[in-house]
Amino acid sequence: MKYSAFNLFREGLAGHKGWPQAWRDPEPKSHYDIVVIGGGGHGLTTAYYLASLHGVNKVAVLERSWIGGGNTGRNTTIVRSNYRQPELHALMELSLKRWEGMSDEINYNVMFSQRGALFLGHSDSDMLQLAQKGDAMRADGIDAELMTRDQVAKLIPLLDVSPTARYPVQGGLIQRRGGTARHDAVAWGYARAADRLGVDIIQQCEVMGIDMVGGRATGVRTTRGVIGADKIAICVAGHSGRVAAMAGLRLPVESHLLQAFVSEPVKPMIDTVIMTQSLHCYISQSDKGEIVLGGDPDAYPTYSQRGAPHIIEKAAAEALALVPSLSRLRMLRSWAGTTDMSFDGSPIIDRTPVDGLYLNGGWCYGGFKATPGSGFLYAHLLATGESHPVAAPFRLDRFETGHTIDEPGVGPMPQNR
Amino acid sequence: MMLIPCPYCGPRAQSEFTFDRPVEAITRPDGSAPELIRNLFTRDNPKGPSRELWRHTYGCRSWITLTRDTVTHEISDVTPVGASQ
Repeated sequence: MKYSAFNLFREGLAGHKGWPQAWRDPEPKSHYDIVVIGGGGHGLTTAYYLASLHGVNKVAVLERSWIGGGNTGRNTTIVRSNYRQPELHALMELSLKRWEGMSDEINYNVMFSQRGALFLGHSDSDMLQLAQKGDAMRADGIDAELMTRDQVAKLIPLLDVSPTARYPVQGGLIQRRGGTARHDAVAWGYARAADRLGVDIIQQCEVMGIDMVGGRATGVRTTRGVIGADKIAICVAGHSGRVAAMAGLRLPVESHLLQAFVSEPVKPMIDTVIMTQSLHCYISQSDKGEIVLGGDPDAYPTYSQRGAPHIIEKAAAEALALVPSLSRLRMLRSWAGTTDMSFDGSPIIDRTPVDGLYLNGGWCYGGFKATPGSGFLYAHLLATGESHPVAAPFRLDRFETGHTIDEPGVGPMPQNR
Repeated sequence: MMLIPCPYCGPRAQSEFTFDRPVEAITRPDGSAPELIRNLFTRDNPKGPSRELWRHTYGCRSWITLTRDTVTHEISDVTPVGASQ
């Protein structure tokens, strides 16, 4: 049933008894055209675009626990395309344009709120970098606006912009089309939309092995039986390396973790996403009223989904210095997600050296904003066998060939990431 | 938070240490090119025990090698770098 004001009204009169299940819970079939491993946002959008744009609907999405239970439900929900490198402009802007039409396209309210994504500058060098980034964005047709300190102070009155502040604010760069979205709704909405097009979403189904015949991947062994596939699409974020290892591959990825935490809900106080050029601190307020905070990644390999408190302390200290009134809030909960860190900070959307096996991973800690673009490009690769021009630079072998997409500007040196 | 047993300072808080790289990613100048590329740019990325190079950066600044479980964070072995030489 379509979600609409009319149906809501009708169901309201009928006691909300007629709403159908949002997506089926099918038994896995013995064979699919394409099996997508991983039921996060990226995997579900991939399946949705395979069915909606490419007419491939013998597709299964395999999820070892519940859909959206990994990084899709663990991020700070920020959506933006304010990057520096042209390759990332193309990728993130393609995504942002899809975010703008998403709720209508999939008939599911993902609560995408373009409240503006602001990077603060704290020094002359910060402002220079922000100005360069803004110019690069505008040259590629992306909105960016350099702001003075007074403009920033007017936009966010609670920000400490005094000259004696711990992190004095000189100005900022805002992308007004950036914002936040309801992350769980993205998984649920795409699951429902893909299911309506015939995609099987199979939860509680962990992939334990990849079957190979003559160097070609032919299927997956799962906790719910063997499933054959013409093409197998890895889309498992932090576990990319583990799944690829089932086919004997080593990836240019280390699995680290990123934490986030939220306060108790309060009345609206911050209606912009606040980030900074020098610090690693993300501040926004959810529609529920919680202040959502994120910080540095815990920089060591781990699959624990459990971070160290000194990282939270650092992010909290930075947030309090920027917005002193946050000091009165109590923190409600914190959590962590396993992130697949590539060596240049950019993702990988490519075929692998194993025939029939494809990889979408290495999103580091920035995958949520790219959800619809990632699925769109991955579906294109899977359906046509060719990389979409926007995805073409995000090759698996770019580290050894020296074609890195080096947003942080550290060079192709894994140990400097 | 992990308590990391520095061979020189005893057990110290994780916040004093920095992770550098897995031991498999240490490259030697005498390695072949394919071997160097493999070690620099790909990872085994194990889920379980892992041999890693860490540094007591905000302490005695010595380099140490840990065997650490990437799921439980249990540290089963600590060796000072260069100890065997």
